[in-house]
Amino acid sequence: MSAISFQSVSKSYPSPRGPKGATFLALDGVQLDIEEGEFFGLLGPNGAGKTTMISTLAGLTRATSGRVTVLGSDVQTDYAQARRKLGIVPQELVFDPFFNVREALRFQSGYFGIRNNDAWIDELLDSLGLTDKAGANMRQLSGGMKRRMLVAQALVHKPPVIVLDEPTAGVDVELRQTLWQFVSKLNKQGHTVLLTTHYLEEAEALCGRIAMLQSGRIVALDRTSDLLKAASGNVLRFKTAGALPPALAARARVTGSVVQLPAHNALQIEQYLAAVRESGLVVEDVEMRKADLEDVFIEIMNRHVRQPEAVTA
Amino acid sequence: MTGWQTLLYKEVLRFWKVGFQTVAAPVLTAMMYLLIFGHVLEDHVKVYDTIRYTAFLVPGLVMMSVLQNAFANSSSSLIQSKIMGNLVFLLLTPLSHWSWFVAYVGSSIVRGLVVGLGVLLVAMWFAPLGFAEPLWIITFAVLGAALMGALGLIAGLWAEKFDQLAAFQNFVIMPMTFLSGVFYSIQSLPAFWQSASHLNPFFYMIDGFRYGFFGVSDASPWLSLGIVGSALAGVSLVAMHLLRTGYKIRS
Repeated sequence: MSAISFQSVSKSYPSPRGPKGATFLALDGVQLDIEEGEFFGLLGPNGAGKTTMISTLAGLTRATSGRVTVLGSDVQTDYAQARRKLGIVPQELVFDPFFNVREALRFQSGYFGIRNNDAWIDELLDSLGLTDKAGANMRQLSGGMKRRMLVAQALVHKPPVIVLDEPTAGVDVELRQTLWQFVSKLNKQGHTVLLTTHYLEEAEALCGRIAMLQSGRIVALDRTSDLLKAASGNVLRFKTAGALPPALAARARVTGSVVQLPAHNALQIEQYLAAVRESGLVVEDVEMRKADLEDVFIEIMNRHVRQPEAVTA
Repeated sequence: MTGWQTLLYKEVLRFWKVGFQTVAAPVLTAMMYLLIFGHVLEDHVKVYDTIRYTAFLVPGLVMMSVLQNAFANSSSSLIQSKIMGNLVFLLLTPLSHWSWFVAYVGSSIVRGLVVGLGVLLVAMWFAPLGFAEPLWIITFAVLGAALMGALGLIAGLWAEKFDQLAAFQNFVIMPMTFLSGVFYSIQSLPAFWQSASHLNPFFYMIDGFRYGFFGVSDASPWLSLGIVGSALAGVSLVAMHLLRTGYKIRS
């Protein structure tokens, strides 16, 4: 049985722009099965539909068509069972200002019908480095602590399936490492983990399988190692202060003065360098390196660029 | 505790933690009404033959406090959670729409009764009160608070901003309470306004509640019970429907 299953899931919203009655297709026939025990990454640019997928899974949003199940329980028709199996760490840094950390965790346990959950709550607080904040009001916590609290709240009912929606956005290095150690431990104990993130090096390091989402469609789905293998093996990297010729700019990953271009073979490298020379650019620090997940991501996204046709009357 | 009990307890604790604002403040407000209106009108207004105006005023003020605070509890809790975004913690749980309804309306009843009792205890210093039919007092207090708690639930789900909620409170709830006979018996009104008052469900809540204290009222307490009970049933059905379909909280 799949831990998470999306079966031809589409979701359309009324379009904020365009004529009256127009709809925006946020998810377009998404088909995805995540097996028990997987550490799965869901990647995609902003607005690709990642959060809509997670909201649909969580029951915060109803799919327009198709079906979503968590360990066999339909998230709409059997929502109580589905939600018991699911622990979701929301993307927004939200909290209830009326209560302290321990109270909030006790309430969250109670909503799932769990009494006397203090042993597990203590363990969660300890694992997330919040033990000395147990009596602190939620308002007094720093941003990073609030983020850890979101993780604790998602796990009070020991869900077999854990979903983390960009859990490391705006989080410092130390906390990121603590968080990943903890989540990896849970994964080793058998919990299924679904992660969305914009930090591709995290996804590359943690996820066994990855799906890439663009304009509401899954455009790549494979084991992380196979995605890396299938991509162009190498990257040409150099620094230049000038503007790249358009032919190169379309394919390049540019960070400040650093330009990185996917290179399949020696001929391609020669062509790149020739184009650079013709445009009269001064190039420094030329080197080759192995492609990483970010290169794969950019390549796949460029390959599937779609005009914004999703708005239909 | 099961799910709904936890949510009910949390909602009660929520207002209790800020009790100065949610309990003490409305008690003080009611006292101001009692002092000023009681002082000014005591010798000028005669409502029923045997009842002093201040004594007549007390049950009305108590019930008004019950109703307004019951409404404020569910509506402000919901809109705060929606605006803060922490409603998501509830939306992710297996709690059914029944649980939501019982917890939000239940905590509104508790707040309404706590404030009402506070007003009553303080008011008894000012005016001697009888308790002719205590069962009617309790019945109307609970039903009225439940009705307003359910109405607050609807308003809290509907409103997207605090000012929308304030508008609902100032343009619907306040006029209907003030025009329901809190400060006067509707028998003192011209014929047109008397019949208009009979269309206001708030009138029956306050009139029935007052009957419990004095054993006299403008309408029969049974009629009031029927009308308040039907209004509660209607509003509850709407609230339950909105919760079940996730009106404005699930897309």
